[in-house]
Amino acid sequence: MSINRRQFLKIAGASTVLGLGGASVVNSLKRGGLEASQMSPDPKGLVAKRWGFVVDVSKLESEEDYKRCADACHNIHNVPVFKNDKLHEVKWIWKEPFENTFPGTEHEYMSHEFKEKNFLVFCNHCAKPACVKVCPTKATFKRKDGIVMQDMHRCIGCRFCMAACPFGARSFNYLDPRGKDTDGTPLIKVENKTFPTRMIGVVEKCTACYERLSIGQQPACAEVSNGAIVFGDLEDPNSEVRKIIATKYTIRRKPELGTQPSIYYVIGGSEHA
Amino acid sequence: MLEKALIGSKRYWIWIFVLLGIIGVGFIAYLQQWKYGLGVTGLSRDVSWGFYIAQFTFLVGVAASAVMLVIPYYLHDYKKFGKIVILGEFLAISAVTMCILFIFVDMGQPMRIMNVVLHPTPGSVMFWDSVVLSGYLFINLIVGWTTLGADRKSVPPPAWVKPLIYLSIPWAVSIHTVTAFLYAGIPGRHLWLTAIMAARFLASAFAAGPALLILLVMFVRKVSKLDAGTEAIQSLAKIVTYAMIANVFFFLLEVFTATYSGIPGHAHPLKYLFFGLDGHTALVPWMWTATVLAFLGLGLLIFPATRQNEGILPIALVSVFVAAWIDKGMGLVIGGFIPNMFERVTEYTPTATELAITVGVYAVGLLVLTVLYKIAIGVREDTAGEAEHH
Ligand code: SF4
Ligand code: SF4
Ligand code: SF4
Repeated sequence: MSINRRQFLKIAGASTVLGLGGASVVNSLKRGGLEASQMSPDPKGLVAKRWGFVVDVSKLESEEDYKRCADACHNIHNVPVFKNDKLHEVKWIWKEPFENTFPGTEHEYMSHEFKEKNFLVFCNHCAKPACVKVCPTKATFKRKDGIVMQDMHRCIGCRFCMAACPFGARSFNYLDPRGKDTDGTPLIKVENKTFPTRMIGVVEKCTACYERLSIGQQPACAEVSNGAIVFGDLEDPNSEVRKIIATKYTIRRKPELGTQPSIYYVIGGSEHA
Repeated sequence: MLEKALIGSKRYWIWIFVLLGIIGVGFIAYLQQWKYGLGVTGLSRDVSWGFYIAQFTFLVGVAASAVMLVIPYYLHDYKKFGKIVILGEFLAISAVTMCILFIFVDMGQPMRIMNVVLHPTPGSVMFWDSVVLSGYLFINLIVGWTTLGADRKSVPPPAWVKPLIYLSIPWAVSIHTVTAFLYAGIPGRHLWLTAIMAARFLASAFAAGPALLILLVMFVRKVSKLDAGTEAIQSLAKIVTYAMIANVFFFLLEVFTATYSGIPGHAHPLKYLFFGLDGHTALVPWMWTATVLAFLGLGLLIFPATRQNEGILPIALVSVFVAAWIDKGMGLVIGGFIPNMFERVTEYTPTATELAITVGVYAVGLLVLTVLYKIAIGVREDTAGEAEHH
């Protein structure tokens, strides 16, 4: 895949915004200057008009498979793990049973097995994101390629975006993610030095592995998912995601709310397993 | 005029120091929150707004309610409110001060509050809310101060404040409307997604705000020579009555739509609030208390015999005020988060730290109110008898 200079700048700009460059919000102008002069575009970087996902959980067989996807994400993104503190937990991707993922869709005659069938949920990178609309500081914003980003240096921690997101995709750092759990162990077990840790008091969520895309890698969860998570350009009719959407029955979470989620869930896909 | 706040009886100073003490405790609690983060509160991933934002929402209403004095006095030339318009405006100043503080203590990164100004985002309702709230504070400060200053010299207020006074009327409506839009424009929170939200907010504000104001006016009458007069109090009480009728009516409309339509998403939050959901019933006793108080207050206010009885009137007003406070200060905000986006119930209970901070902010508001009222009363006592002339 090729990348031109403008596209690169967009990606690189967003990477720095998330904290990789460590630049502060105040000198955003200077920041743009830094990008152009000090980094050279990675020709391997992935680009798209609108990134999206297809999730086919029939390809996930055991608890282990779900855990592998979530762990892959949380480990490389330095997501703190709270052992006993459900109230303050931070998570970017996790499993939810069908009836909780698609509330209102379950019915009394549905098999217990299907109702309880686990799905993987994470930020939908909605085309019309409610979170972006409400944010008073543009700390959460949408990139041209559809990725809904989070600027941890600008976020004031008002949590309006958490109230607004209809998918519960966002977590707030109620406690210092760089600190310790109640049992004294660090919340971030092994820090990935190439990805920024967050400070207390800001909101975070899945950022579609923008940092991996820029160097030509697939999202971490997709990579370890045995094909259960497929990532690609929704605007490209020849992309793998579009091919699956064209041939299989897929649904999205709460489409009636109009946020236009970019995750498509394959339903009844067991025969394809 | 400020010097008026510096001369007071022993009781006045004891009260000031009690407030300062409470503010001190709240401040220490806030330092703890500053250090450990909002994790010291009862808030969670599922219920991400709680007591602070709820108090903010309620107090915006109290602030807006000053307009219930401004309209009759300035637009309809209702002279009886002449002595107390200033008390309404000063109550608004105190309420907006508390609103700003509640927003501040709710922020995860309060040092970045200026980002709202540095990166203005007209698409965000919160941006507009900060604009209208600061504007309202400003308008009331100017109007309150100049009219009182003019009063002291027994001259009519300067002509240039008139437009500001008129501006304050739609502005007051705007602060509560925009605050309602914080909630009413959010997809996926069924309790909030209702077109009647702003109307409900205004109705409950115009009931609770003036109810508080009457209680304050009655108190002021006890401790000073400033007597608003029975007629002013009774007129305000009628305003409370009508507003409360509208408030209860609007609420029942919500109940009808949610229950008769039978759409589960709409019914769930109300079910949680009044009957509990999946065995979670934390707010049930509160909501029924509010219901009983609302009808008790209404009953006492509707019948002239009880409304005109100044021994009973305060009971009615306290009932209305507390009912509105529970409805907005607890039910509305928390109920919006329950059940969560996965149809699960995570309950919320404020922690002691959170309550100490909340009480501290209220103490700041009371301190501002006390000082402003002291000044207003001082000026009015000096010019006693002249206030009616303009
Ligand atoms: S899922 Fe939620 S957080 Fe993600 S883009 Fe949509 S509204 Fe925003
Ligand atoms: S918490 Fe941060 S990202 Fe969310 S709305 Fe507030 S400023 Fe924006
Ligand atoms: S796309 Fe990347 S950031 Fe998002 S859930 Fe998957 S691994 Fe995590």
